[in-house]
Amino acid sequence: MKENKIYDRYQRQIILPEFGEEGQQKLLNAKVLVIGAGGLGCPALQYLAAAGVGTLGIVDDDTVALNNLHRQVLYSVGDIGLSKAERAAEILSQLNPDINIIAFKERLTVENAMEIMQSFDIIIDGTDNFSTRYMINDACVLLGKPLVYAAISQFEGQVAVFCPHPLKGGSGSGVNYRDLFPEPPKDDEVLNCAEAGVLGILPGIIGTMQASETIKLITGIGTPLINSMWTYNALSNEVYQLKLSAKAQTRSLIPADEDAFKQMNYEWLCASTPTSFEIDSDKFDELLETGGIDIIDVRELHETPEVDEFDHRRIPMQQVETVARDLKSDTIVVFCQTGKRSKQAATLLSGIFGSSKKVYSLSGGIVNWKNQHTA
Amino acid sequence: MIFGQLADIVNDHELTLIDIADTNNLVNELNKRFPALTQARYVMAVDKQTITTNTNLKDGSTVALLPPFSGG
Repeated sequence: MKENKIYDRYQRQIILPEFGEEGQQKLLNAKVLVIGAGGLGCPALQYLAAAGVGTLGIVDDDTVALNNLHRQVLYSVGDIGLSKAERAAEILSQLNPDINIIAFKERLTVENAMEIMQSFDIIIDGTDNFSTRYMINDACVLLGKPLVYAAISQFEGQVAVFCPHPLKGGSGSGVNYRDLFPEPPKDDEVLNCAEAGVLGILPGIIGTMQASETIKLITGIGTPLINSMWTYNALSNEVYQLKLSAKAQTRSLIPADEDAFKQMNYEWLCASTPTSFEIDSDKFDELLETGGIDIIDVRELHETPEVDEFDHRRIPMQQVETVARDLKSDTIVVFCQTGKRSKQAATLLSGIFGSSKKVYSLSGGIVNWKNQHTA
Repeated sequence: MIFGQLADIVNDHELTLIDIADTNNLVNELNKRFPALTQARYVMAVDKQTITTNTNLKDGSTVALLPPFSGG
């Protein structure tokens, strides 16, 4: 009975001579991990679930927001505020109850990455920030897992397949993401979708390409984009495919083993250069006026001058890391006496929050600010 | 061929340069014309193959400048 049902569901792809029952069985046996259930992850997941990939893992610690819905097509208005990983898993199991879907409602970190990725055959990168992208790339190299990479910006997308080890029966010298872009750009160097914008349909096209490449890798049909990158421009319809060259020095940029990987701080690598979080008194006054910010005095509790001109919290430098999670606003301004400690605190907080919050340090400190306001 | 937000710096998706012997010369010429490119991060491909060292350019070679994208 079950066999018949399987045949029926996948009949249209099984009748493809290149694909056949064998291809379907390979899909049913495959385990694919999709990291990021957002613009790229939604369409990739939808087609992989529909195609009958037997086990799908979904990693995302984020919740659905209204401004996600123009491109994250799995979700509806009723999902706003709910976990993306959990909602995606529920929606996909309605689409295909015969497959196993595992939701990881957590952020991928150096501590959990290897453990989560270990049990999957293929990893799909659908994340929205460089720190996680580099972390995934390095983990895939260390684990020897194929990585189906894609990234988007405004109207353009990139897709590539990185295979650290040659696939069975294939070649492939193992180009990885760092052969293209050895070091992560700083957060403020390349604009993300939240800042630069993205056409909603673009991740639909690019995420679907990721699903397609994944299905090709699993079933062995066609020529996947191994050691190649495919780029697409939605405005001009221009497609450009290029071959990627490995670089001798790339391996030295990737942690040597799992222990070294766990010591990496990918968020720090991408943290903006210290000067870029510094704001002057005028900009600070503007933020004060706008409101909705968390302001923190990182000086020790005994330090003066006292500040009664605006609401703030006193969290001495040593405690900043522990109480960071209590900070609710999207924008945080830290200050100290001269602007030196607050700069360190801003780097630290920015490492914790990545691109999810804007963190600023008041340049010149509270002494300078007070001078300007008494003059 | 210029991809992503690099095109905003160069103001176009394509430009043609003549008498450029190799990719080092090309980078120098581009940086001179578009100083903001000096700060930009990109991978360069000559005739659809990414390069790892200075590469000679022939008449009609197509060079692509691709920036990293983070969006997903």
